[in-house]
Amino acid sequence: MNITLRVWRQAGPDTEGHMETIEVPDVSEHMSFLEMIDVVNDRLTLEGKEPIAIDSDCREGICGTCGVMINRQAHGPVRATVCQLHMRSFDDGETIDVEPWRADAFPVVKDLVVDRSAFDRIIAAGGYISAPTGSAPEAHSTPVKKADADHAFDAATCIACGACVAACPNGSAMLFTAAKVTHLGLLPQGQPERGSRVLNMINQHDEEGFGGCTNIGECTAVCPKGIPFDTISQLNRDMLGALLRGE
Amino acid sequence: MAKKVIMAVSGLIMVGYLLAHMYGNLKAFSGMQAFDEYSHHLRELGEPILPPSGALWIIRVVLLVAVVAHIWAAVLLARRSWTSAGVNRYETRRNRRGIQRTYASFTLRSGGLVIALFVVYHLAHLTWHWIEPGGSSPSPYGRLVAGFSVWWVVALYVIALLAVGFHLRHGVASALYTLGAGTTATARQVIVVLSIVTALVITVGFLLVPFSVLLGVIQ
Repeated sequence: MNITLRVWRQAGPDTEGHMETIEVPDVSEHMSFLEMIDVVNDRLTLEGKEPIAIDSDCREGICGTCGVMINRQAHGPVRATVCQLHMRSFDDGETIDVEPWRADAFPVVKDLVVDRSAFDRIIAAGGYISAPTGSAPEAHSTPVKKADADHAFDAATCIACGACVAACPNGSAMLFTAAKVTHLGLLPQGQPERGSRVLNMINQHDEEGFGGCTNIGECTAVCPKGIPFDTISQLNRDMLGALLRGE
Repeated sequence: MAKKVIMAVSGLIMVGYLLAHMYGNLKAFSGMQAFDEYSHHLRELGEPILPPSGALWIIRVVLLVAVVAHIWAAVLLARRSWTSAGVNRYETRRNRRGIQRTYASFTLRSGGLVIALFVVYHLAHLTWHWIEPGGSSPSPYGRLVAGFSVWWVVALYVIALLAVGFHLRHGVASALYTLGAGTTATARQVIVVLSIVTALVITVGFLLVPFSVLLGVIQ
């Protein structure tokens, strides 16, 4: 198949960017989107041009490193990461618009690569549990309700790709933050820091310059891991509870 | 985050007020005497514990605080969102309406402005009597019938009520989520239904009276 790419090109963080049109003939429909970009980059390199900068790592949909806006849809038309998106999802002859995640807290580094270290700082603010180290405790000594375990696991599947922020009309990272708050808050090991965790993480979220959540749900529609919308309510509930208890 | 809680609480106070206001309006179907008595009774509400018009003034102050807080929080949150997301953030023209968001979710800011302007006009008409379309009358019922006999008064009312309907379709659910409701998928479905029902009840409930006047059911 033949496609036309319109890609965001930006040489560095402080330079002006623009959309560049690149004709891409002879694309196999079995290629992943990233493999297609690899082919484009090979051709650009052979022509002596600068290849398109794009982040990727595991290429099996579990690390959250790749991620771009494709036709203004985070990760493109399939609910999976860009490495798991295949060219058969597009039409022969289609023009595909590719842009980086856009948010004040995600500055563009180069082309399609953005700096997502704001996420790391949100996690560092409270996305952990404090437990004494040593040999692993007997699993049966801390029973967890099946429903809680399932719900916590749903939330724990977040890979921090940033699609929620890119899709959010407010540039909010609420789904990302809520996933971690729900994951740890529903488990017994997360209880001691449950109140301080949510407050610290939300404070860091706001400090990083992410917007406020307006409960529109665009984030959940594009999340490759299907993090449920109800985690955001759980975050709000935990936060109000912590504030009312004066934590 | 505090601003969102203020937004949610002040919004829900106004929804409560709208329901009471709508109930009062529907008294128009009981005739002139019932409506005027109800209107007069609002001023005596709470007497003799409260002074004349005391309860009315408490409602007015609470409402005014809610309106000011709601607008203040909305302006700050909107400005923050424009900084965080950027105004023209993506170059592509495709999928500009998002992936699954409701039409109502687009109307919160513009619709809120429409509602605010309407409220000023509405007070100027029926509370302050600065304007008297359709002619003046000593009776509240008379002013209502005279006003709604004018087509453009009804048209403005319809525009405002549609804005209110969309505002509530998204706003009621959003407020409840912000206050921590909807922590399961089922609870969220219940909240969505609740917000649709609230929007429909308030929009239809308020529109019954003007259309009844226009069609001659209320004279």
